[in-house]
Amino acid sequence: MNYIFYFLIVISIICGAINGKLTDVVNSILTGAELSVKVAFSLIGIMAFWLGMMKIAEKCGLIKFIAKVIKPITKKLFNEIPEDSPAIGDIAMTFTANAFGLANAATPIGIKAMEELQKHNIEKTSASNAMCMFLAMSTAGFQLIPATVIAILIGIGYKNPTEIIAPTLLVTSIAFIAAIILAKILQKLWLPQKETSKEDN
Amino acid sequence: MFQSIMDIISLWALPSIIILILTLGLIKKVPLYETFTDGAKDGFKVAVNIIPYLVAIIVAISMFRASGIIEMAGNTLKPILTHFNIPADTIPIMIVRSLSGSAALGIFSDIANNLGPDAYATKLAAIMVGSSETTFYILAVYFGAIGISKLRYALIVGLLADFIGIVAAVLVCNLMF
Repeated sequence: MNYIFYFLIVISIICGAINGKLTDVVNSILTGAELSVKVAFSLIGIMAFWLGMMKIAEKCGLIKFIAKVIKPITKKLFNEIPEDSPAIGDIAMTFTANAFGLANAATPIGIKAMEELQKHNIEKTSASNAMCMFLAMSTAGFQLIPATVIAILIGIGYKNPTEIIAPTLLVTSIAFIAAIILAKILQKLWLPQKETSKEDN
Repeated sequence: MFQSIMDIISLWALPSIIILILTLGLIKKVPLYETFTDGAKDGFKVAVNIIPYLVAIIVAISMFRASGIIEMAGNTLKPILTHFNIPADTIPIMIVRSLSGSAALGIFSDIANNLGPDAYATKLAAIMVGSSETTFYILAVYFGAIGISKLRYALIVGLLADFIGIVAAVLVCNLMF
């Protein structure tokens, strides 16, 4: 990430200078920073709501139940996480919300899942294998209906916007499966995490 | 048919989850109000935790977009990609998709409005935008919330999967339209 961060910023300034857009680049620092805070603050309310709901779901045993149902799959994908951890149920809830295009529920629940995964993480500042797997699956963005895209297509008078659903579903499934396979392969190639000493925690 | 079934499911998914959680909680005698507010307390904390990570990533990406480098890269890639039956208009989407969801959606909207419903580029762009999440945004939010700064292979997996998604979109679109 250090190199990517450096690369994105330095290359932007250099290219901005070449293209005569240096003012735009400098201004974008302010708009970008403002946007970040706006995004974070817009999350507060919905985040609180879903964290509250998920707490009830956890206490009444629903999360554990979901985790139990999908155990055969998650045992393979998240083999470092104990089978009865609420993380597994949270992950399943995240993908359910994502599949139905409920992004503003999926993000808070996904964060909750990450917090649960963090409890099993041996090195608290680095991403565990389970986290990388969950992130890879999330970024593939598996979704049954691309609602926003269809809305735009309807807006321009596209006659049969639903014909886009099948190919999109096919592509997103390919990316989703590829993400899982790649995560499993890279997990083997990458250096394992180092255990953080007790005092650091 | 499929669409209307999906519409109904989408409409009822959230309300049913909420009813299910609350009803189960009531049956199991969970103190609903106390448990809810106890869980919700963390909402503010998490949002504030994310801010430094979001600022780092969103500012870097805003600068990247403002610099004109996407147009430059698009022009460089154009002769190669047109060989594979990829319309030049869709190239910016391929570059921007992993970086910014709103930008990708904006470009798609432009393509759709300028080229119209019958253009191949509109269909390809629709599939590319509809089939992926914004890798960098998810990374910032999910890892920011729990203070992960060493990503290990997380970003690489995300970007490789995005790339495979683009290739798949081009192939599928070629076969179907």
